[in-house]
Amino acid sequence: MHELSIANSIVELCAERAMGARVLRVTLEIGRLSAVMPDAIRFCFDVCAKDTVVEGATLEIVETPGLARCLDCGGSVDMTDLLEHCACGSVNLELLAGAELKIKQMEVV
Amino acid sequence: MCTTCGCSTGAGTVITDPETGERIETPAEGDSGAAHNSGSWRQLATGPAGASVAAHLHARAHRHAHEARVHEHDGRVHSHEHHHAQTPAAPEHPGAALSEAAIAAATHGTTIALEQDVLAKNQLLAEHNRGWLASRHITALNLVSSPGAGKTTLLERTIRDLQVLHSTRSIQVIEGDQATLNDAERIRATGCRAVQINTGTGCHLDAGMVSRALAQLDPPSHAWLMIENVGNLVCPALFDLGEQAKVVILSVTEGEDKPLKYPHMFRASRLMLLNKIDLLPHLRFDVERCVAYARQVNPSIDVLQVSAETGAGMKAWYAWLEAAALAEVAETVR
Repeated sequence: MHELSIANSIVELCAERAMGARVLRVTLEIGRLSAVMPDAIRFCFDVCAKDTVVEGATLEIVETPGLARCLDCGGSVDMTDLLEHCACGSVNLELLAGAELKIKQMEVV
Repeated sequence: MCTTCGCSTGAGTVITDPETGERIETPAEGDSGAAHNSGSWRQLATGPAGASVAAHLHARAHRHAHEARVHEHDGRVHSHEHHHAQTPAAPEHPGAALSEAAIAAATHGTTIALEQDVLAKNQLLAEHNRGWLASRHITALNLVSSPGAGKTTLLERTIRDLQVLHSTRSIQVIEGDQATLNDAERIRATGCRAVQINTGTGCHLDAGMVSRALAQLDPPSHAWLMIENVGNLVCPALFDLGEQAKVVILSVTEGEDKPLKYPHMFRASRLMLLNKIDLLPHLRFDVERCVAYARQVNPSIDVLQVSAETGAGMKAWYAWLEAAALAEVAETVR
């Protein structure tokens, strides 16, 4: 739902940093637990990029897995969603990775 | 545009003070809040913009240190904007042969590492709001829920009760809805200051909107600021407004498994207000199970059961508010 405004921010940031150059490729890092749907971003990206230097750019999305540390037993927990729990049964988890929402790099010409 | 919720970049945000009738309109392109200059980034790499392409490729080919569109050349600092407007791919600079790097850059593109957080701009504005609020010792809460959970009714009751209790702190309200001034009018009927943000087609408030609403509201120091977000359990979870805490309101007429269905919001909230408990005798809502679900996604979440209609449980909510205000002062002193 919020992906449109996020895609718009991405296009805006890239266009600013490109300083007039044409953007060929944009690489994003989106964590599995970031509450952002890569497919929705792809859909919105092309719409937002229209009539900007980012128009026609290839969008690459690197999805990063979720990882948490159990605050009770110290074990690490692979997080496919926010409803995971530790093997020890605890839900007292500290998120270490998976919430990323970043523009990694872009290619300009 | 977005086919899920209809939010788009087509309409702007309007902030209205129903008391004075003052309207501040932001011709929005996107929800980030800032007014864009159409000549800045939303343009193709042709015409004047093409010139800076040339300046850049040229600058890279010669390994010149440069900032913006100005670089140093033979000891002289000059702008290249006017030189290569017609030839962005192959700049013809007198005496400057094209290096392999320039050709490679022109044909394959150059990779620029950005490592930039997409929500950084909102985060920056949110921190700005937070600092502004702290300087006035204002306790700001971001009230989130699905539509119809009773946010506005809860606020009306809270404002009236605290007036009766002669609370030393006043409540100021920022209302967020896609359209209408209805909620701000309801709040104003209680004698409380309120401004209304209409997001147009946007599905959440962002820090930029709140910043502009704050300027219009100009809340006094030591107040509580209640920001009633757009009714939506999804998008507002991602956008920090500069509040001290998010308070999620869940009414018992909704499903008890909402914390599991919308884990991001319940994880981001410090307090869950279970509203409309006066209706429990008529419903098959398992309170214990609901609280357990909320704690599953957020073990540290506070839970209070209230009815904004009958006033049941509201005292505990006021005590929570007082504690939040004291924590805010303690934080500022520290």
